[in-house]
Amino acid sequence: MATGTEPQQNAGPRPGGVREGSRAAIAAPHLRTDRWWLAPAGTALGLLAFVVYSTWRAFANADYYAAPYVSPFYSPCLADNCHEMRGGPNIGLFGEWWGLSPALIILIFPLGFRLTCYYYRKAYYRGFWASPPACAVAEPHKKYTGETRFPLILQNIHRYFFYAAVLVALVLSWDTLLGFRDAHYEWGHMGLGTLVFLVNIVLIWAYTLSCHSCRHIVGGRLKHFSRHPVRYRLWGWVGKLNARHMQLAWASLISVALADFYVYLLASGAFTDPRLF
Amino acid sequence: MSTAADSGTRAGAKDGPEGEDAGGAKVNPAPESGGERYDAHFRVWRGDAEGGGLRDFTVEVNEGEVVLDIIHRLQATQAPDLAVRWNCKAGKCGSCSAEINGRPRLMCMTRMSVFDRAETITVTPLRAFPVVRDLVTDVGFNYTKAREVPSFIPPQGLGPGEYRMQQEDVGRSQEFRKCIECFLCQDTCHVVRDHEENKPAFAGPRFLMRVAELDMHPLDAAEESGLDRKTSAQDTHGLGYCNITKCCTEVCPEGIKITDNALIPLKERAADRKYDPLVWLGNKIRRRA
Repeated sequence: MATGTEPQQNAGPRPGGVREGSRAAIAAPHLRTDRWWLAPAGTALGLLAFVVYSTWRAFANADYYAAPYVSPFYSPCLADNCHEMRGGPNIGLFGEWWGLSPALIILIFPLGFRLTCYYYRKAYYRGFWASPPACAVAEPHKKYTGETRFPLILQNIHRYFFYAAVLVALVLSWDTLLGFRDAHYEWGHMGLGTLVFLVNIVLIWAYTLSCHSCRHIVGGRLKHFSRHPVRYRLWGWVGKLNARHMQLAWASLISVALADFYVYLLASGAFTDPRLF
Repeated sequence: MSTAADSGTRAGAKDGPEGEDAGGAKVNPAPESGGERYDAHFRVWRGDAEGGGLRDFTVEVNEGEVVLDIIHRLQATQAPDLAVRWNCKAGKCGSCSAEINGRPRLMCMTRMSVFDRAETITVTPLRAFPVVRDLVTDVGFNYTKAREVPSFIPPQGLGPGEYRMQQEDVGRSQEFRKCIECFLCQDTCHVVRDHEENKPAFAGPRFLMRVAELDMHPLDAAEESGLDRKTSAQDTHGLGYCNITKCCTEVCPEGIKITDNALIPLKERAADRKYDPLVWLGNKIRRRA
């Protein structure tokens, strides 16, 4: 009986997808009637907009500092050609030989963190690579090996980008603290930019800590939670954040771009930072 | 998943009194008064492995009915030889899996009220598996994969009745035990749905979830007996094929977070073993100590 539980003779792999010979003869690659294309199209457009904006800003090498604010794209600034930022994240690790935009040095880490993030993987596999474009919608590729081979097997190093992202988030937290100064570096002040940075850093931390690798590291790898009550509690907290990982990924992506754009407007003289006190 | 021998698999129904199909299943009678009724347009796939196509039907629908009710009415009134697998009609047996308007769903849990009355509703068999007849597919692939996962290995020195586990230790696995084996996740997973050639290498989300369940089980003694489930998830069951696009989670009628709670944690566990030199070094040092 076809639906019995006895092992069947394996006739070997056969090529073909949903239109493979033994399956129901349906010519259409899918029969979905809803607007299944909307989510991948929206995702692709959103990501594309960010890529275009961040590429422009990363290569611009200008208008990234308006005391006391430094753009999150340029922090920490690891080359000698950085704008001088008093008390800011200038660490000339790369010396004078680096002639390109200093953003290119540091952005590799948040970029790698987001590229290998489990949510973004879903987003770009669906949105850009159509693998699959949506559930039960046939993908256009003839072969599929997933993350078993180079280069996609490198997605497994996500946890190392997570460690780097924590360090970057610590620096951005310091930048936010520096935002409680005024343009003359006097402490105890706050402007609209400080609020923008505060919102951004909260979202950056929430996104970073909601990471699946973080969830695994704090407790997920354990077999016996009962023997590690503190890690179990941490795992529970990260799990709650993790349930919002997608929303946090988008919110933090938008907030970091907005924070950068705010600094750009200040640095390019479009307006002055409204001071709250 | 029930088998074709289950009482719920009905094909070739005999003529019988209206309101009951040949298998004794109650077909909701049209209400005498109260409740709305209308005629819905259905396209149902009819055929077998040799060929087939979508056939049009106009069927009566009454308030509160689900797609399976309509298929039963169709069977009772217009297509007595329509093959459909079903059993509990309560979303707990996982038998009536099909694709409704192209989306993998349980027919018994899909209310007619979610569709527009003027909409044509298409019902086809699961498209990832070989078709047997009409809406019935051969899901034997899943049983093959189930057999490939080594079962729970009892701990040494503990007999039946002596197992003691803390709730926090079994909580994760309990979520996965909600699985009703409807195989909708297996059906929608593009790794095998769109690539038949991957079937030998890839266990599918349901059985990778089973590996995760056992690896998280507080009393499973696989490691002590030389079986590393983390490594075998990647090497034997094809975890690397999963690109975590979450379709399995989207279609799960039990609401199990397959991707977030089983597949990704399993990927992280496999990374511990295969791709993380720091964890490898830490384990070495700990063992030495």
